[in-house]
Amino acid sequence: MTATPSLPWQPSQRQRERDAYRRARTRRSLLIAVVSSAVIVAVVVLVVGRSSGWARTRDSFFDLRTGWHDLPALLRALWINLQIMLISEAFILVFAALIAIMRTLRGPVFFPVRFLATLYVDLFRGLPLLIVLLLVGFGIPSLRLQGAPSSPFVLCIIALTLTYTSYVAEVFRAGIESVHPSQAASARALGLSYAQSMRHVVFPQAVRRVLPPLLNDFVSLQKDTSLVSFLGVTEIVLTAENLQSQDFKFVHLVFAALIFVALTVPLTRLTDWIARRQGWINPGSVI
Amino acid sequence: MTTPVLNVRGLRKVYGSAVVLDDLDLTAAEHSCTALIGASGSGKSTLLRCIDLLEVVDDGVVELDGEDITDPRADGNRVRTRIGIVFQSFNLFPHLRVIDNVTLALRRVHKVPRGQAEEAGLAMLDRVGLRARAGARPDELSGGQQQRVAIARALVTKPRLMLFDEVTSALDPELVGEVLSLVRELRSDGMTMLLATHEMGFAREVADRVCFLDGGRVLEEGPPEQVLADPLEARTRQFLRRIIDAGRL
Repeated sequence: MTATPSLPWQPSQRQRERDAYRRARTRRSLLIAVVSSAVIVAVVVLVVGRSSGWARTRDSFFDLRTGWHDLPALLRALWINLQIMLISEAFILVFAALIAIMRTLRGPVFFPVRFLATLYVDLFRGLPLLIVLLLVGFGIPSLRLQGAPSSPFVLCIIALTLTYTSYVAEVFRAGIESVHPSQAASARALGLSYAQSMRHVVFPQAVRRVLPPLLNDFVSLQKDTSLVSFLGVTEIVLTAENLQSQDFKFVHLVFAALIFVALTVPLTRLTDWIARRQGWINPGSVI
Repeated sequence: MTTPVLNVRGLRKVYGSAVVLDDLDLTAAEHSCTALIGASGSGKSTLLRCIDLLEVVDDGVVELDGEDITDPRADGNRVRTRIGIVFQSFNLFPHLRVIDNVTLALRRVHKVPRGQAEEAGLAMLDRVGLRARAGARPDELSGGQQQRVAIARALVTKPRLMLFDEVTSALDPELVGEVLSLVRELRSDGMTMLLATHEMGFAREVADRVCFLDGGRVLEEGPPEQVLADPLEARTRQFLRRIIDAGRL
């Protein structure tokens, strides 16, 4: 350090040239992106627009006026999907965490626990969701058990929870096992019990690591709520189909599709944003 | 005067509001060995990372054999093939065997056929005394062995310049020697190198020039016997005093 106060830094001529060059490159890439996108759109418009069935398809799939008119009915039905999703999600998170921890318990005492948890995961991860839905949806009511749920809404939640818990449990388990054993060792060294070290040290780190795949499963769950229409719950897809059978317009299904996308995209961005803000994701290097 | 292998002028690197390198100048002639010393946070690692183009510099120029490699038009990948770097934490690829770590760049970047690459890789492992461990995974090796593999990996592509970033700081004391003796050998083979180090004794022995980094620039430089024994700057004296107090010199 020199004793004389140095002047505030000014970019050198060379650096100004470099910055200008980089800006020019960015502009060029942007231009290329815009032009290539425009070309692709033009090609699609030309090819699709010239097909012989385009006029009929447009009237059925892109009749925006009809779609807009019936949009409130779709949105009302969407509320059913959201309820099913949110309630299932809460159960799934709790049960999956329990199953995952059960599978990581060591020692012969816990063999039955481990065995049952593994059996459950193996079974429900292998079963197609639709089969579980139909078996639960028609099987449980047919027992006519006292107090057994018969509302399709509740049965759907049970089926989704059963299936998705097995997936999410595996995500959690992968996360738990990715936390270095030295972390658990330091926690135990401080005198924490196994449960405490799991609860305060290992599991919180595991959750941070598996946040992206976890979100993936929940987006998938969000979409799979539409399968509950098989049990006659008039959620959004079934509502769209009903509308379509009345006016023979597929635009309702197109709108339903857009609604699903509109739900997923912000969720993904939100998770990325939270993860970055918390510093859970390493900031990328330049390479 | 011949062109130096490395010529750094007016280098500036900023992270947010922290100015890490500030108008730094440094040259390294062919076959020279320059030791970079300084407190942690003085910018030694950042300087090495800037030279290897692992960071984008905010101003100034780095010339390798007279070519401005910090020019955005320069091909960074091609430049990096001419520079070898060894990190403090080894950074071997854990999923690859030792020999595959060493031959990766030869095969994928330099397109050397597998047989030839393995021959060169084994010869290099032989040189670092680890030919017998060619089939092992990195985590089966000791820290010193891993660092020797990392050096072999950097050397096998015959770089013009070698950068060593505190290569013994993560090693147990009894493993430091094997790595340092390897660096010493490289030195006597005439490799041009730049080494950031806390091993003052080693710097004195192997380097022909010591640079003391402080406040983002080279505050003092000169032959090791002068800088380490009789520094001109108060900051250098203060730094060395602390090292001596810690029993490291």
